[in-house]
Amino acid sequence: MPYVVTDLCSGCRYTECVSVCPVECFHIDDTMTYIDPTNCIDCGGCVPVCPVGAIKAAHKLPPDKVEWIEINRRRAAETPVAMGKLPPLPGADERKAMILR
Amino acid sequence: MIAAASTPRLAAGRYRIAIVGGGPSGFYAAEALLRSGQSVDVDMYERLPVPYGLVRFGVAPDHPKLKQVTRVFDRIAELPGFRFFGAVEIDRDVSVAALRSCYHAVILATGAAVGRPVDVPGERLPGSHQAGDFVAWYNGHPDFRHLRFDLAAEHAVIIGHGNVALDVARILAKTPEELRHTDIAAHALEALAASRVREIYLVGRGGPGRTRFAAKELQEFAELADCDPVVEFGDRPELAASPGADSEAEAALKVLREFSTRPVAKQRRCVFLFGLTPFGIEGDGRVRRMLFSPSQEQVRSAGRGYVALDCGLVFSSIGRRAAPISGIPYDEARGVHANIGGRLTSGGSVLPGLYVCGWGKRGPQGTIGTNRACSVETVANVLADLPHFDAPPSHPDHLFAATSIRRYVDYPAWGRIDAEEVARGGAIGKPREKLVAVEEMFAAAGGGVAC
Repeated sequence: MPYVVTDLCSGCRYTECVSVCPVECFHIDDTMTYIDPTNCIDCGGCVPVCPVGAIKAAHKLPPDKVEWIEINRRRAAETPVAMGKLPPLPGADERKAMILR
Repeated sequence: MIAAASTPRLAAGRYRIAIVGGGPSGFYAAEALLRSGQSVDVDMYERLPVPYGLVRFGVAPDHPKLKQVTRVFDRIAELPGFRFFGAVEIDRDVSVAALRSCYHAVILATGAAVGRPVDVPGERLPGSHQAGDFVAWYNGHPDFRHLRFDLAAEHAVIIGHGNVALDVARILAKTPEELRHTDIAAHALEALAASRVREIYLVGRGGPGRTRFAAKELQEFAELADCDPVVEFGDRPELAASPGADSEAEAALKVLREFSTRPVAKQRRCVFLFGLTPFGIEGDGRVRRMLFSPSQEQVRSAGRGYVALDCGLVFSSIGRRAAPISGIPYDEARGVHANIGGRLTSGGSVLPGLYVCGWGKRGPQGTIGTNRACSVETVANVLADLPHFDAPPSHPDHLFAATSIRRYVDYPAWGRIDAEEVARGGAIGKPREKLVAVEEMFAAAGGGVAC
């Protein structure tokens, strides 16, 4: 069961996940990252490094987040692979402070 | 057999980098170098004929999905400028100084090969082992295949609360049926099938909120065919309530709490014990019992005394250190090659042209992908330094002539070993049957490449 990036990433996009993914399965667009479920090897290394806790195991998603399994699959197919860490989006730190409060 | 003349010549005017070690951090360093856009050639030296390091010899056989990372390593090996020299060992076959004379830079990716001793009386009794030795044995590492473990013992103690301890416990806890279709070494499957181990104690110094378990790997104990996880907070409810040190420890604590409420019904039990410091191992010519002392706090609050666990097997899993390499400065306190950001240092000053990445740089932490960021950092420093280096006086082509090395395994030869293993495994319902002897590997490789 692969891991899934949820909408908590949207607007932050810290990309810490990208730097620790052993198989380059993170894809990226202007707002967030997505995991390619066919490449993910379930190592779970990305989960603890996400500053906002946006990444979850697919089978542990709460019901209102289950749609993100399909969104990850679809968007990963439509977007390029992220090759390395990028600067976070503007306002990411403020957003993170709100989320973690 | 390929003739010596076929050894490819390196292009002139390019930087030449040697990477020592064919595990994850070595491959990620090669990738960072070969994708840097600079004119770089990479030669990877691996002491065994086969690549992948701990992905082959560390990752548990029942975690096949993780091993798919080798596809990434194979893609890296296909990058132009990459060469693999398997079965060439540093210090035994060729010195770091000799490599240094042929390459602009040498990156050590040799890992943390030495298990930390618990340092208690009785640790050398037969029946007391390093967890890493057991892992290497069941994974078919050529250097560990002759080890024997007394699986007639009914009780085993594992010291340490990290993921290697979980691997050892799980392999001991699984039935032969649960292991039969993995790539576990044949000798290990046979020995484990006759195992009488039925009680496995996982003992840690800290509380349940301070483990280094990955919650995901802990959760696997809830799904074993014939073993129950047992967590007894019993007289110490304060332990169940203690918060985790970080989010990962917190997630593991949640799973442990869940275990503490489960009914126990199966043949085997895996018992998690907390707050116990190793005190000594006792036995009459072999391990019979292990003693632990409680923390001062527990003695005060609960009047706890020493705890004795009868056992015939002890596995120590409290961390690993890099194996020292001749001429390479060592950081005793951290158990790594002394370095700053991957540049090797001696007495605080940088040793030009010598680098380290992976566990030999930062210690045995993180998942496979952590090595990617680690190697990227080291390689950034290599690339920054390269323009300042003089060309090395010698050339890799001369290296083998000057040493006793007469053969090696290149990547196509590894491909033949791989194909043989997969074919042998396929015949008996396993993803691969690993060849466990170096000579067998050379035989499958068609003799390897002559120098």
